[in-house]
Amino acid sequence: MSAAHPGYNFAYLDEQTKRMIRRAILKAVAVPGYQVPFAGREMPLPYGWGTGGIQVTASIIGADDRLKVIDQGADDTTNAVSIRRFFAKTAGVATTTRTTEATIIQTRHRVPETPLQAGQIMVFQVPIPEPLRWLEPRETRSRRMHAEADYGSMYVKLYEDIARMGRITTAYDYPVMVNGRYLMRPSPIPRFDNPKLDRSPALMLFGAGREKRIYALPPHTPVKSLDFEDHPFTIERWTQHCQRCGAGDSFLDEIVIDDRGTRRFVCSDTDHCDARLERRSAS
Amino acid sequence: MYVAVKGGERAIDAAHALLAERRRGDPALPELSLAQIREQLSLAVDRVMAEGALYDPDLAALAIKQARGDLIEAIFLLRAYRTTLPRLVASEPVDTGHMRIERRISATFKDLPGGQILGPTFDYTHRLLDFALAAESEAARPARQSLPAVPAEPMPRVAEILGGEGLIEDAPADAAGAPGDITRTPLSYPASRDLRLQALARGDEGFLLAMSYSTQRGYGHTHPFAAEIRHGRVAVEVVPPELGFAIEIGEIAVTECQMVNQFKGNEAAPPQFTGGYGLTFGGAERKAMAMALADRALRATELGEEISAPAQDQEFMLSHADNVEASGFVQHLKLPHYVDFQSELDLLRRLRKEWETRREAAE
Repeated sequence: MSAAHPGYNFAYLDEQTKRMIRRAILKAVAVPGYQVPFAGREMPLPYGWGTGGIQVTASIIGADDRLKVIDQGADDTTNAVSIRRFFAKTAGVATTTRTTEATIIQTRHRVPETPLQAGQIMVFQVPIPEPLRWLEPRETRSRRMHAEADYGSMYVKLYEDIARMGRITTAYDYPVMVNGRYLMRPSPIPRFDNPKLDRSPALMLFGAGREKRIYALPPHTPVKSLDFEDHPFTIERWTQHCQRCGAGDSFLDEIVIDDRGTRRFVCSDTDHCDARLERRSAS
Repeated sequence: MYVAVKGGERAIDAAHALLAERRRGDPALPELSLAQIREQLSLAVDRVMAEGALYDPDLAALAIKQARGDLIEAIFLLRAYRTTLPRLVASEPVDTGHMRIERRISATFKDLPGGQILGPTFDYTHRLLDFALAAESEAARPARQSLPAVPAEPMPRVAEILGGEGLIEDAPADAAGAPGDITRTPLSYPASRDLRLQALARGDEGFLLAMSYSTQRGYGHTHPFAAEIRHGRVAVEVVPPELGFAIEIGEIAVTECQMVNQFKGNEAAPPQFTGGYGLTFGGAERKAMAMALADRALRATELGEEISAPAQDQEFMLSHADNVEASGFVQHLKLPHYVDFQSELDLLRRLRKEWETRREAAE
C-alpha cells in the first residue's frame, strides 16, 4: 500500500475533528439508536455520496486496519472505488474485498451476506437519519417525539398501508425499534438485510454527513423491524437462484440483458458470489 | 450477454482525463490565467468567496477555473479546502462605518450625510450587448481609478439617522459571549439571529433571491425599504493575545445592505421600523439585498408575527439554503440505487398480483 498523502493528516481529518466525532460515536454507542448531532465537516466528496460514513471511518480507522467499501453490495461500483481510493490515498491503509478479512466495512445500501464477526465494524452511509421525517418534517417536533417515545404515528402509517394496500408498503430503509426504545432508520438497506442487524456481534455505526447525525448499534443490540402480530415483517424473495454462483439465499440484482425484457439474476454481494465460486472450483 | 452496469477504477480514471480535456477546451487558444479570472470575472470570484465562506480571490479564481466556470462546483471546492484550514484567531467585528466607500445609496432619503454615490453598478446600463467587447479592442480602455481613502469621520448609516428619532428599533444589544459558529456546532432550532445570519451569508444566492422575492409577492410580506446599500473595503483587525490591542491585518471588500421594514407594533413593542441585515464578501449586491429581506422575514417569531409563509420558517429556510448540501443530495440520485429499486420492484410485483387477484374475485 502507498504511504499516506503527505499534504494532509492521516485519514484526511485533523485530530481535533476526529476527537469531536469520536465523542459523538461514544455517545451514540451509549444510547443505541439515538441520533447524536455532530459538527459534520465539509468533505472533498459531495454531500449525499457518503460524507457521513467517510467521517466516521476517518475517525476510527488506524494504520493496521483493513478496509472494505461496498456500494449496492459490490466492491467495484464507482462510488465504492472512489471512497476506497480516498482512504488508500489519505491513510495508506490496506484494503480488501473480502468480508471475512475486513476490520472496517463501509457500506451504502447493503449488509454483507457473510455473517459478521465480533471485532468487525460496519459503517453505514445515511442519507436521511430521521425515521419520522416523512411523517413530520420538522426536527423541532420529531426530536420531541423521540424523547417521549411517541411513535404512534409510525404504527398508524403502517396500519394505513395494510388497510389500503393489504400490506406494509415500505420496501427499503424499513424502520426498526432499537433495544425497545428508539425508532431508527437502518439506512436504505433492503428489508432483506434488517434481520442481520438484530444482535449482530459487530459494532454498527451510522453516519449522516449532510444532516450531521451519528447513531449506533453496539454489538448484540436487539433490533426489531416494526410489524403487527397478524402482519409479520417479511423480506424480499426471489423464485430464481443466482445465475453465477447458484446461491438461493442471497439478495439478487436483476439485470436486463436484452430489449425483450429478459432478466438475469445475480448476487448483489460480489464477495459472497466470488467466494462461493472459488469454493466450488476448489472442491 | 451480461451487461455490466458496474464501473471501476479504469472508468473513473478515463472520466477524469476527459474532464481535464474538456476543461481546457481548444488547446489552440491561450489558457486562462488565474489573474485574468480574478480581475475580469470578479463578481464570479466574489460569489464563490461569499458562498464558499473563504476570502481569497486567488483561490476562488483557481476554483472557478478548475470547475469550468460552474460556480456551485467552485464554491464546493473552496469549502472543502476551507474546512482543512486551522483557525488561528477571530477578528474584531469589521466597522463598515469606516468603509472606503465605492458605492453608497439610500432609497429612503433623497440626500443624506455622506451623499449618494452610484459607484460601479449595472443599475442604469441599458442591457444591450456591447459588441465593442466582442472585438476585444482595448481602444476604449477605461482609466484606472484609485480607491477612495478611509473616511476621517465614519459615514453614518441611515438606520442610525432614523434611530435619533426613536423611529427604528434599538440596535441589538451585544449578545453575551462570542457569536456561535455553524461550522463547528451543528445548527439546532430555533436558531438565534447570529447563527441565522451565518447560514444566510453562506446560503445560495438563487435560493435567497427566490425566497426574498416570495416575501415581496405576499408570502410573508415585510414592507421593506432599502435604507442603505454600501460597498467598499473595510479593514480587518485582530487582537493578538500577546499584544492586547487591535492591529490591522488587511482589507476585504464587502457589500452591506440594511433594509427597514414597517412594523405596526404589538403589546411588546411600539410602532416602529424594524431591520433586516445583509452582508456579503465582494460586490454581491443582489445577494446582500436578498439576505436582508430573508433576515427580516426570519425575525417573525421574535417580533410576534404569525408564521404563515416559507420565508418566515427557520427550519425550512436554513435547512435548504446551502447549495453545497443541496447540490450533493440532488445529484446523489445519480449513484446506483439498484438494491433499493429491486426492493421496490419486489413490493410492486406483489401489490400488483394481489390487486389482480382481488379484481378477479370481484368479477
